[in-house]
Amino acid sequence: MTSPPVRPSEKPAGAPESAPTSVSASISASISASRLQRALASDFVYDFTRAPIAIIAGLVVLFLFLVAILAPLVAPTNPFDPASLNLMNGFTPPMQANMFTGESFVMGTDDQGRDLLSAIIYGLRVSLFVGVMSVLLAMGLGVSLGLIAGYVGGWLDNLIMRIADIQLTFPSILIAMLIFGVLRGIIPPDLRDEMAIFVLITAIGLSEWVPFARTVRATTLVEKEKEYVQAARLIGLGRHQIMWRHILPNVLGPVLVIATITLALAIIAEATLSFLGVGAPATEPSLGTLIRIGQDFLFSGEWWILTFPAITLLALALSVNLLGDWLKDTLNPRLK
Amino acid sequence: MTAPLLEVSDLSVEFPQRRQRLQALDRISFTLEAGEVLGFVGESGAGKSLTGAAIMGLLEPPGRITGGRITLQGQRIDGQAESVRGRRIGMIFQDPLTSLNPLRTVGDQLVETIQLHLGMDAGAAAQRAGELLDEVGIDRARIGAYPHEFSGGMRQRIVIALALAPEPELIIADEPTTALDVSIQAQVLALLRRLCKERGAAVILITHDMGVIAETTDRVAVLYAGRLVETGRTAEVIAAPRHPYTKGLMAATPNLDLVSVDTVLPQIPGSMPSLAALPPGCRFHPRCGDVMPVCRRTAAPFIDGVACHLYGAQTQEAG
Amino acid sequence: MPGGVMMDNAYLQVSGLSRHFDISDPFLARLLTGGARRQLTAVDNVSFSIARGQTYALVGESGSGKSTIARMIVGLERPDSGTIRFDGRTAFDERQGQVQDNSLRQKLQMVFQSPYSSLNPRWRVGDILMEPIRAFDLIADPEARRRRVHELLDQVGLSTQDAQRYPHEFSGGQRQRISIARALASNPQFIVCDEPTSALDVSVQAQVLNLLKQLQRDLQLTYLFISHDMAVVRVMAHRIGVLKNGRLVEENAAGPLIESPQDPYTRMLMESTPRFAGGAASG
Repeated sequence: MTSPPVRPSEKPAGAPESAPTSVSASISASISASRLQRALASDFVYDFTRAPIAIIAGLVVLFLFLVAILAPLVAPTNPFDPASLNLMNGFTPPMQANMFTGESFVMGTDDQGRDLLSAIIYGLRVSLFVGVMSVLLAMGLGVSLGLIAGYVGGWLDNLIMRIADIQLTFPSILIAMLIFGVLRGIIPPDLRDEMAIFVLITAIGLSEWVPFARTVRATTLVEKEKEYVQAARLIGLGRHQIMWRHILPNVLGPVLVIATITLALAIIAEATLSFLGVGAPATEPSLGTLIRIGQDFLFSGEWWILTFPAITLLALALSVNLLGDWLKDTLNPRLK
Repeated sequence: MTAPLLEVSDLSVEFPQRRQRLQALDRISFTLEAGEVLGFVGESGAGKSLTGAAIMGLLEPPGRITGGRITLQGQRIDGQAESVRGRRIGMIFQDPLTSLNPLRTVGDQLVETIQLHLGMDAGAAAQRAGELLDEVGIDRARIGAYPHEFSGGMRQRIVIALALAPEPELIIADEPTTALDVSIQAQVLALLRRLCKERGAAVILITHDMGVIAETTDRVAVLYAGRLVETGRTAEVIAAPRHPYTKGLMAATPNLDLVSVDTVLPQIPGSMPSLAALPPGCRFHPRCGDVMPVCRRTAAPFIDGVACHLYGAQTQEAG
Repeated sequence: MPGGVMMDNAYLQVSGLSRHFDISDPFLARLLTGGARRQLTAVDNVSFSIARGQTYALVGESGSGKSTIARMIVGLERPDSGTIRFDGRTAFDERQGQVQDNSLRQKLQMVFQSPYSSLNPRWRVGDILMEPIRAFDLIADPEARRRRVHELLDQVGLSTQDAQRYPHEFSGGQRQRISIARALASNPQFIVCDEPTSALDVSVQAQVLNLLKQLQRDLQLTYLFISHDMAVVRVMAHRIGVLKNGRLVEENAAGPLIESPQDPYTRMLMESTPRFAGGAASG
């Protein structure tokens, strides 16, 4: 008989004995709904609503990001505006009226009479900006190098991965300090303060690319042997098209996890550098700078100048880290 | 009459999901006598491996048994600890490497199993390990070799030796030869069958291959979408299949003696439904050429070896 | 019909094809242990030809070299020696090496074994089918391209809405249909089918085999069919070559080869293929 092939009314056969997760995947796939509804109904969102720690961490991160972005709107004063500063307000304890001016501040003031809450909000802004930008730099660099090392292979792979190995033998904060020092040496002295933030971003970004490159390389090695890549080679596609169009979208899953964890590391690295005095300049203080300033006054009784920035930094780094851990467990069940 | 070696009645297994509970096995019943080889055949997702896992107590969470009973020699085992079953039931998987520890010699693994389950001293256990290797056709001298030093077929022989070591009453072999070349498949199946017959151990052979069923088993059970659709003596089922699914499955399998390049294979349209979207009534009815109105409404009861409205008087009552 | 294949009618001619793999230990290890370089001969002096519009099956067990031959023929792997000619054109010889340009590539396609890894999971089916059309610049007009994608889906028994869906939304059999549609997208004359049904269930295997045969008739395709299953090969092939350890041990038209196999290895393969119906009922 030469009847045309019967239109198969097949649904993906869920095979619970091999992979129970594929059943739930096919259920969610079979539900036709708007994109938003589908996103809200996804297992990812479902898992999130079942993880109280992830919810709290997520809320803290969201709150801190919003505060940082909206700093000019939410901060009581602009701490960088010399006109708003009154030296008489110096060393006001939290929630107490200043003995000279009668003004009171939620978190008190520092030696300059700067409102600490405003300084923290603006410092958070600097910390997050440096953190996010350096992660983006590290990610761009690491993903590209990992993809090239994995797909092209040969001496290029060896070169990239040996550099990565060497870099891994040093603590990343040391690398960042080295890069920071070299870059500052190159930049003309009159531009140093203006460029400081970008130097910081470059230093941290260059010190954190290795985990991205390693993971992407490993995933690329697996993906490039798959038959869809061979099918692409069969129609004559070049290396670049195969790498960027076919493989890249398939190696990004773990990258998201690493990016989140690296963000926590980058925030800490920035704070460390700033604390050591080689990071954000005093004119644009980050959380780390505030902590450095605050520790000078810890033993003279002005505890709040150190404590509040430190708590903020702790909350930020911890929440981002917890979120990263949860992402890792959820997106890659095998790592549990 | 004494009780059968293994009796499974109304075994149901569910996978609770977020929105619904997926019924992966629906009231499976069968019995197995000592020394008998029973084949479970069906397509992927039919529930054949799941049946084996449920008997063995190896269901992966969140899967769980929600009904029915499993008795081995008249004794309920569905609540028992895995270790108890491990002694009485041997398991052989598709990939021999998952059952063998790559870091220890074949002899060590055999001796350990024998000592653990039979309580022999080291010398006697080593002696027994050598005998087992002889029996599965592997040179006793290779007792100190590691799993990677053997070919795929040899490894599966070692797994058989390992499964037989505790002298189990029942062996569950889940696609034991799917990863092997055809020339080795026949030898391994013949070996498994012979050794179990000699010991009076019963075998449940899980496979997707009707040819393997025909050549190895005494009785066959055909599964479709979590339900048993037909059972019977293998020769009878092969010679005269009754359920339309069994018929379709056999017709769709290319037969070396009957086909040629001009053959158009009879095909079953569509594919097995996912557990999340099971049709009402008989689960095969959307693909069935003999579908009747009653099939869309009610599932046929399992009577006299087949669950189909085409057979038996129950058709009138239900219709 | 299947019996006499005339060489002047051959679409694909392979002669003296060989491929060795270097399986030596790493250089340093060889230096320390004094070990020599070792080579594995995966394909050893294999010659055959396929008549236009027919199916040639290479059958063999794991390690027989059948997949290596398939990969060399489509240009995914480089032979060490021998020649490959398509339709009178040289695709490989020892002097010129691999001659692969777009006009040749467009005529050769492949259907892979795994329905799971042969489709890019991040691409919609429509984009997967569009890619060969774009790569070979076959259709310029976007609307005509879309019509072509729909036509391809229709040809393999899928619906036009399926273009919007992702591979994971399909069953194994349906994915293999998508793979076949992608192979057809460049209007090829020759398709290598590398164990296209070995990962599928029996009832779905029959659907895919029937589809491949029907497409061969409709589009006058020439197939190289790779399989380990004698019974499947019997359904598909006009001519069969039996491979063992990289060598062609027997080659003949399908009927005579199955009915009176000459080589002991072929006979052993036939005897170990499980059978039922006739065999089981009489015994």
